[in-house]
Amino acid sequence: MTRQIPSKTGPYTEGHRQAVRASDLTQALGFLFLGACIAFALFFLGSILYFVIVRGAPAISWEFLTSVPRRAMTQGGVAPAIVGTFYLTLGAIAFALPLGLACAIYLTEYSPKTILVNIIRLSIANLAGIPSIVFGLFGFAVFVKVFGFGVSILSGSLTLGIMALPGIIAASQEAILAVPQSYKEASLALGATHWQTIVRVVLPSSLPGILTGVILNVGRVAGETAAILFTAATFYTRGYPNSIFSEVMALPYHIYALMTEGTHPESQTLIAYGSSLILLSLVLAVSALAIILRQRQRRVYGP
Amino acid sequence: MDRDVKISALNVNFYYGKTLALKNISLDILQKKVTALIGPSGCGKSTFIRLLNRMNDLIPGARVEGQILLDGFDIYHPKTDVVSLRRRVGMVFQKPNPFPKSIFDNLAYGLTISGMRDKQFIEHKVIDSLKKAALYNEVKDRIHDNALMLSGGQQQRLCIARCLVVEPEVILFDEPAASLDPISTRKIEELILELKDEYTIIIVTHNMQQAARVSDYTAFMYLGELIEYGDTERIFTVPKEKLTEEYLSGKFG
Repeated sequence: MTRQIPSKTGPYTEGHRQAVRASDLTQALGFLFLGACIAFALFFLGSILYFVIVRGAPAISWEFLTSVPRRAMTQGGVAPAIVGTFYLTLGAIAFALPLGLACAIYLTEYSPKTILVNIIRLSIANLAGIPSIVFGLFGFAVFVKVFGFGVSILSGSLTLGIMALPGIIAASQEAILAVPQSYKEASLALGATHWQTIVRVVLPSSLPGILTGVILNVGRVAGETAAILFTAATFYTRGYPNSIFSEVMALPYHIYALMTEGTHPESQTLIAYGSSLILLSLVLAVSALAIILRQRQRRVYGP
Repeated sequence: MDRDVKISALNVNFYYGKTLALKNISLDILQKKVTALIGPSGCGKSTFIRLLNRMNDLIPGARVEGQILLDGFDIYHPKTDVVSLRRRVGMVFQKPNPFPKSIFDNLAYGLTISGMRDKQFIEHKVIDSLKKAALYNEVKDRIHDNALMLSGGQQQRLCIARCLVVEPEVILFDEPAASLDPISTRKIEELILELKDEYTIIIVTHNMQQAARVSDYTAFMYLGELIEYGDTERIFTVPKEKLTEEYLSGKFG
């Protein structure tokens, strides 16, 4: 039996060592580049937050949060806009979540694998790419005019809901497809119907993924301006909306109005930054709620 | 044959799209016996038992020809209620697949989907089934814990218990021990031997020794055909077909 005796210098020649050193260097540069990209992205995120907080914080007070605008919106608060944004977002999700979920269930569980269904899928994906101002015009033409809902919470919610639909459908579809086939087989083999299997096994397991889709779309919807421009938002209301047919103030539109149509920029700019800070916090709060729900669900059903 | 026949397959062909996966299979499964299906991978043994509870209905493009009779009634008749068929013919899968719910909820599922609301009855039935599946003593203190916390062998016995809750007449085992260690495998085999007093059992396995240990009858399949079917002892000692003998002696597999 022969035995390989290791030489004192090991199997590596000088050439090897150089090659190793060179690849170490490449790797270090690669990581440095990736790190720089992250730092760059974080820099912008951080500076936006910093900018909004520093300029907006002085405007925030209890009065700002709870009272109506006064003196041609140079004083007072933005409470009606907070309430309006809250209603619009809630309305949009209340409309888009059930509808989107139903579409996703149909597309994943029931639809035949035909060309028509593929076209439907493609159309839904394309819906996501339509500019929001086009949704706004559509909402104005259909909900405000044809259906006669007027410029109202209802029209705005429906328009925002349609905007959120493709995202919610896509996320729900993915979540449903990720449910292991073995769960479905187990359920069916016990004599469950297809419907029972969907409601009691598939949906609970896919809920975390569906909630993620909702989280992402809540952010988009709450901050949307163009879609509510002609369908829901108004420059100024005296009080709070009293029905779903009331027109409302909304934070993003309020900011837009203050910065473009204000007559006293010196005091209104501060209010605009204050409103931005509140909008940002509102979106984070809703997302946080969804994340908490998702975590709770994951504990039971696994990721 | 005789009255003891529980399931009878008559000239069954099965297609995945255009591929013929089962060729002219005819065999009778006897009541309250253990029948093993053996053969090399891809021979169609799993495909065959999945026909018996119509699990293959889920596969797009699948097509069945011939007849499969359960107590004399054709299970592929258009008027057959698939849901009640699956309650009569339970199934345990190759990989343990408990739901990500509590042990209790896993077992109660089969009852609540059929509309059972009587909590006392459900609890009684759950405990009874856990005992029958020889799992009760191991889990009685954590019956409301998540079933995924159990070991693989325990999960498989949980799946057997879940199957027993709905009181099936036939239980199909699709390589139930394929992913388990030897000790868990033995527990499953002991369980099968206990269950055969009450249930008609069909087990697919690629483990010949397992077939010899647990079954009364053995069917040997090869490339979608039924090569030989008979008494397990006879098949393992004096196989009639050359192919069977070669497979059992390990010449291929």
